Amino acid sequence: MALNKPYLDVPGTTIFDAEQSRLGYHLNQFCMSLMRAANRQRFKADERAYLDEWPMTEEQKQGVLSRDLNRCIAAGGNIYFLAKIGATDGKSFQYMAASMTGMTQEDYAAMMLAGGRSVEGNRSISDNKKASA
Amino acid sequence: MAKITASVFTSHVPAIGAALDLGKSNEPYWQPLFKGYEFSKKWFKANPPDAIFLVYNDHATAFSLEMIPTFAIGTAAQFAPADEGWGPRPVPVVIGHPTLAAHIAQSVIQDDFDLTIVNRMDVDHGLTVPLSLMCGQPGADKPAWPCPVIPFAVNVVQYPAPSGKRCFMLGQAIRRAIESFDEPLNVQIWGTGGMSHQLQGPRAGLINKAFDNAFLDRLIADPAGLATMPHIDYVREAGSEGIELVMWLIARGAMADINGGAPPRLAHRFYHVPASNTAVGHLILENI
Repeated sequence: MALNKPYLDVPGTTIFDAEQSRLGYHLNQFCMSLMRAANRQRFKADERAYLDEWPMTEEQKQGVLSRDLNRCIAAGGNIYFLAKIGATDGKSFQYMAASMTGMTQEDYAAMMLAGGRSVEGNRSISDNKKASA
Repeated sequence: MAKITASVFTSHVPAIGAALDLGKSNEPYWQPLFKGYEFSKKWFKANPPDAIFLVYNDHATAFSLEMIPTFAIGTAAQFAPADEGWGPRPVPVVIGHPTLAAHIAQSVIQDDFDLTIVNRMDVDHGLTVPLSLMCGQPGADKPAWPCPVIPFAVNVVQYPAPSGKRCFMLGQAIRRAIESFDEPLNVQIWGTGGMSHQLQGPRAGLINKAFDNAFLDRLIADPAGLATMPHIDYVREAGSEGIELVMWLIARGAMADINGGAPPRLAHRFYHVPASNTAVGHLILENI
């Protein structure tokens, strides 16, 4: 019997559940390796060669190379692990967060200062469909 | 016998630690936030515990995907601040309380909660930022944290996290464990993380002030009812990372009123948006 996953109905959100964790194991462990300075250096020197040391899918590698965090998340990445790529790049967490929303970092920071993204219209994919039908 | 004197609840945003470590706490962006903790630092000095039982979560620091325990209790003599990619925070090593921690582990496991006993673990911002907020930033004149700390790490990174109900019941088991320890220690229990925030995907940046303030109201006055809230409500209303709030129910479950005692006294309440991507909430509840 299929598991009940009501969180699949939340817009713009991927819950890192046991299934995503299974898919993303090597991607996330690659990210974890970036906590060591020597590994960060090797990754920066030749990103593709470093990624090829890991049994990751090509989709996961392309997600990392293009720094497309939404693509990484879809392929099993978890944001706390992916944040280590941003740290390696010298980027702030807010930069990374903005990059997933399609906003500029300035616009994203301004949204947060103004109280953040509203929950209205952001609760449920099915409710949004009903509302627009 | 040991007793729980108070519970403290606070968010543990990494940017708060960075602001303190880089001397930015007087900047206009951060001033309103740190003002909300001025009372707390005075309160902590006036009510110093012998030990803190600190409920927090690891953020892919000590635990990689090789293994993530649902509940992990630190029984070591000390815990080093972790390098989270920007170098370790310049704060003191966290001194543990191995005898109390071992006692709690044995009692709570026999009370049907399957804790993982951890003897070697670096601690990340989830643990050290609340210490900075409550105890002040240790400087050269204050090279140690004020008291021993038992780190208690809860998995809220890899779904499913434990339910609010289970966390609330775990808090009750922790209270029984602490109160059966033979030394006359004053112990505080802290619940950290939250409040509303989402760090991932196109919905990143979500904040829900109405939810957060209702959560604070209910945590004070209706914790048993609040504990029945399902995970999906946290995700929908407080963002995917808002689920950290289940950890507050562990600390709340350890308070005396849950065991038939008097309701706690609300010593302090504070709420502020934003700290980086996150809503910050803070409560101090005293057993009377």
